[in-house]
Amino acid sequence: MNPIARLFGWAALVFGLLYFFIPLTGLVEFSLKARRGVYSLDAYAKVIGDPEFQATFGYSVLMALVTIVIGVLIVVPTAFWVRLKMPWARPYVEFITLLPLVIPAIVIVFGYIRLYNTSSWLPMTGSVMGTNILLAFGYTVLALPYMYRAVDTGLRTIDVATLTEAAQSLGAGWGTILGRIILPNVLVAVLSGAFLTFAIVIGEFTLAALLDRPAFGPYLQRIGANKPYEPFALAVISFGITWACMGLIQLVTRFSKHTRAQN
Amino acid sequence: MAFLEISHLEKSFGANRVVKDFNLDVDKGEFISLLGPSGCGKTTVLRMVAGFENPSSGAIRIGGTDLVGKRPNQRNIGMVFQAYALFPNLTVAENVGFGLKIKGAPRAEIDRRVAEMLALIGLPDLGGRYPFQLSGGQQQRVALARALAPKPQVLLLDEPLSALDAKVRVSLRNEIRAIQRELGITTIFVTHDQEEALSISDRIVVMNGGIADQVGTPFEIYNRPSTRFVAHFVGQLNVFSTDGAGNLAGVQLGAGRDFAARPEALHLGRAPGTDIVLPARISEVHFLGSVIRLTADAAGARVSLDTFNRPDVPPPAIGTDVELSLSSRDLIPLG
Ligand SMILES: Nc1ncnc2c1ncn2[C@@H]1O[C@H](COP(=O)(O)OP(=O)(O)O)[C@@H](O)[C@H]1O
Ligand SMILES: [Mg+2]
Repeated sequence: MNPIARLFGWAALVFGLLYFFIPLTGLVEFSLKARRGVYSLDAYAKVIGDPEFQATFGYSVLMALVTIVIGVLIVVPTAFWVRLKMPWARPYVEFITLLPLVIPAIVIVFGYIRLYNTSSWLPMTGSVMGTNILLAFGYTVLALPYMYRAVDTGLRTIDVATLTEAAQSLGAGWGTILGRIILPNVLVAVLSGAFLTFAIVIGEFTLAALLDRPAFGPYLQRIGANKPYEPFALAVISFGITWACMGLIQLVTRFSKHTRAQN
Repeated sequence: MAFLEISHLEKSFGANRVVKDFNLDVDKGEFISLLGPSGCGKTTVLRMVAGFENPSSGAIRIGGTDLVGKRPNQRNIGMVFQAYALFPNLTVAENVGFGLKIKGAPRAEIDRRVAEMLALIGLPDLGGRYPFQLSGGQQQRVALARALAPKPQVLLLDEPLSALDAKVRVSLRNEIRAIQRELGITTIFVTHDQEEALSISDRIVVMNGGIADQVGTPFEIYNRPSTRFVAHFVGQLNVFSTDGAGNLAGVQLGAGRDFAARPEALHLGRAPGTDIVLPARISEVHFLGSVIRLTADAAGARVSLDTFNRPDVPPPAIGTDVELSLSSRDLIPLG
């Protein structure tokens, strides 16, 4: 590489980092200024001590876990079956899983409300539990592109067809094959999909607000509109959660023992 | 009645008839090889026995019970794949014990059987390793142990040695045969390597274009091939055409047919008991150790012949004019 191109590369990197970190630094700095004249963690203490924070955060964590379970149960068998028996259908399935990136969440939630309102054939929004279930399915849809890609990539690293046949010849049925052979071998991929799902669900606003559930996203929005310093502390916390998820993806990828051979 | 009976087996993929009226009776404890060029339908036959493909028609019976319609996991048939197909997330011991665990065998019995199988394949200390920590040859032995552990009725091997290097290939094929003999398990072994098939089989099925051309012992297949394809596919062959009157070097053989001789049926000089003598010129000399393979031009054809090395007689030089002799009884008529 010639020196000018190298210089240009570095300049681009520095610009990118500044573009990203300057607002973030401002955010962090401001969040520490709740007490006049000195830096303090007052804003964080207030936020974390807020019972509403605890309730909404707990709710969203729970919804994220439920979403991950539903996502895994839907995506792993589907991706497995498509790879094994219907390879011709892969482009179609991929297209469908990408739709949530194109269709805004607000369209999905209005569709839900229209289809499942209290006067419909299946009045899901009529009860708290029904609405929670609806929300979890909505989240599953939002997470679908990430979950499917992650699992499909994981399946690519193993010889799905031959491993399945080997297991069948040893007497295994579909449940055993999925649970004992396929899932463990794509676990790293599933976990990275799961952490992405977690990050999406924790901050999601539209679905939760329109279905009127006490989730973390709407709480963030409400605090942001009403308090001076706390929203900034919350934003930093949200960032921290997302980054922790990304870090965990790296970590599980590195610490999986039997997949090392393929790298 | 044979233990494993395959009768009138047919398989088509769309309009492509891949297996055509395939018949085979295998006795209990027999070691059968399916031998044929790539694409002739060997794997497809094996996969129908294992239950991974449904036959278009025909029957597969083990001990008189029809297998067609039974799912692969209900057949109790062991399978070894070319690509080993060990479960990467399980240790060697867990791989070998997988089938028994599925069957719900008690822990102690699984442990005992796993130890027994690992001793059988000569890897008693590697139970705790993961597949990626093993060499190809070791992985394939583990795959063999895994297939045998649940005591299957029939063992199927689909080109199990093709991915291994030459040395391991020979030693492992002998090991597979020894283990098969020891357990007395009925085995079908698929290969495209004629030497492999000839060296370890009780009987060989030579396949060509989805058809079983000939079924016989290695001795029969090699010495009395029943079709031109079998004659050409198995072993080396020298083909002689007779003249218009059906003569070869003055010996009456039969008009309108070609005749073939194996390299070891041709002799340098006039050997006792031979009735055909051909003048020839040596064109190549390959010293292989105990055997010397010569190529010569004789009777308008290029032929090869094998002679044993004799320390006191150097091989003829290239370009030497010699006589080759053979017995008309050793000639294989080609249809
Ligand atoms: N699932 C399949 N769909 C379509 N054609 C197939 C399928 N499996 C095998 N074939 C065709 O059947 C023929 C025989 O294949 P195979 O049994 O694998 O041969 P071999 O094992 O002797 O090399 C080949 O021409 C192959 O292309
Ligand atoms: Mg094959």
